Amino acid sequence: MNFSIIADNIGIYFFGLKNTLILVSVSLSIGLVFAVPLAVLRTSKNILISGPINAYTYFFRGTPLLVQMFLIYYGMGQFEAIKASILWPFFREAYFCALFAFTLNTCAYTIEIIRGAIENTPHGEVEAAKAAGMSLYLRFTRIILPSAFRRALPTYGNEIIFMLHGSSLASVITIIDITGAARIINSRYYTPYEAFITAGAFYLTITFILVWLLKKLEYRWLAHLRRE
Amino acid sequence: MLSLQGYGPSILQGTLLTIELCLASLAISMVLGITTALAKLSRVRAAHFIANAYTTIIRGIPDLVLMLLLFYGGQVFINQVGPMLGYDDYIDINPFMAGVSTIGFIFGAYMAETFRGAILAVPGGQMEAGYAYGMTRFQVFIRILMPQMVRHAIPGFGNNWLVLMKTTALVSIIGLKDMVRMAGLAAGATRMPFTFYLVVALIYLILTSISILILNRLNKRYSVGILRGES
Repeated sequence: MNFSIIADNIGIYFFGLKNTLILVSVSLSIGLVFAVPLAVLRTSKNILISGPINAYTYFFRGTPLLVQMFLIYYGMGQFEAIKASILWPFFREAYFCALFAFTLNTCAYTIEIIRGAIENTPHGEVEAAKAAGMSLYLRFTRIILPSAFRRALPTYGNEIIFMLHGSSLASVITIIDITGAARIINSRYYTPYEAFITAGAFYLTITFILVWLLKKLEYRWLAHLRRE
Repeated sequence: MLSLQGYGPSILQGTLLTIELCLASLAISMVLGITTALAKLSRVRAAHFIANAYTTIIRGIPDLVLMLLLFYGGQVFINQVGPMLGYDDYIDINPFMAGVSTIGFIFGAYMAETFRGAILAVPGGQMEAGYAYGMTRFQVFIRILMPQMVRHAIPGFGNNWLVLMKTTALVSIIGLKDMVRMAGLAAGATRMPFTFYLVVALIYLILTSISILILNRLNKRYSVGILRGES
C-alpha cells in the first residue's frame, strides 16, 4: 500500500469533509426544525391531521435513501411544469437535490423518534399539568416536549450517525463529499485500498467525535437518571 | 397513468434479484452475528478484541464506502493473489458475490449487537440449571439459550432486516442489476425517471410492509406465555 498518494492529495479529502459536514448539518437542522411541530401534529387524534404525516413518514422510512435521491435528482426533470417553473434552477443542482432528499429523509425519521418520546410521557406528568390549569400549548412547551426531548436524545443520536453515513450517497450524484473524494482518487490512481480506507478513517473519526459529544450531552440532559 | 412501456418484466427481474440478495446477505449476517456475539461474550481475550474491533469499525463507516472498498479492493486483491496461485487471466469479481458478502459482512456487526443483548437478557440461572442436569455446553446453547433469546432478539433483528433491505439498493452502484439499476436503465431509455424510480420505491414499500407484518406475527408467536403489565 502506498499512502503517499493520499498525502499528496489530502486537500481533496478536506474539501470533501467540508461538503459532508455541510450536507449533514444543514439537513439535520432543517429536518429537526420541521420534525418537532409535525411530531406534535402526528400525535393528534384527528386522522385528517395525523394521516398525511403518517403517510409521509411511512414512505420515507420504508424506501431506500438512494431511491429517494434519484426520484428528486433524476425524477423531477420528467415534468415539464417543473422544468418551466422557477424551481428548476434548484432541482437541476445535484447539491440542492441531495440536501432536499436528506432533509426529507431525516425529518421523517425524526418525527417518529419524537412522536415515540411524546407518547411515552408519563401520564401523571400530563395530569399534574392539567390539574395546575395549564393550556394545551403550555403543557406541550413546559412539560411534554422538554421531557420528550430528553428521552429522544439517545435515539436521535443514532439518527445523526445514520445521516452522516447516509450522506456518503451524495457522491453517487457527482457531489464531492468524503466518499466522492475517495472515488476520484481511486479512479485517478487505481488505488482502492488507500482511497477508501482513508475515507473510512475520516468517517470513523467523525463518528467517534459525535458519539463522544452525544455522551457528554446525555450526561447533562439525563442527569436526573444518573445512578450515583 | 402508470405505463411501464414494456419495462415491467425487467423491473420484476430486478426485484427478484433484490430479494435473493436480501435473503443471501441475511443468512451470512446471521452466522457472522451469532459468532461475533458469542466471541464478545467469551472469556478468550483475543476473540473478544477482534469481535469488538469488527463491530466498532463496521458501524462507524458508511455502507457505501465499505462496499466500494470491498468491491474495488477485492478486485485488486484477487488479481494480485491470482497469479501467485498460477492463475494468469484477469479475474472479474462477480458483483452478486461482492454485494452479498459486503452486505452480509456489514450487517453481521449490527446483528452481533442485537444477539449479544438478547443472550444477556436470558437469566443466568437458566443456563446453570441446564448444566446441573448434565447438559453439554452445546446442548445448553441449543436447548436453553436459543429458544429464549429469540424473543429478545426479534425487535432488533426486525430493525436490522428492514435497514438491510434498504441497503441493498446500493448494489446498483457497483453494477449489479437489481431493481434500482433496472429502473435506471428503463428511465434512461424512456425518459421517465420519476415513474420508474417511484415504482421501485413502491416495491420497496411493499417488501418492508410485508416484512413488518411477518415480524409482528413472529413477535406474537414467540411472546406467548409472557405476561405484560396492564395499564
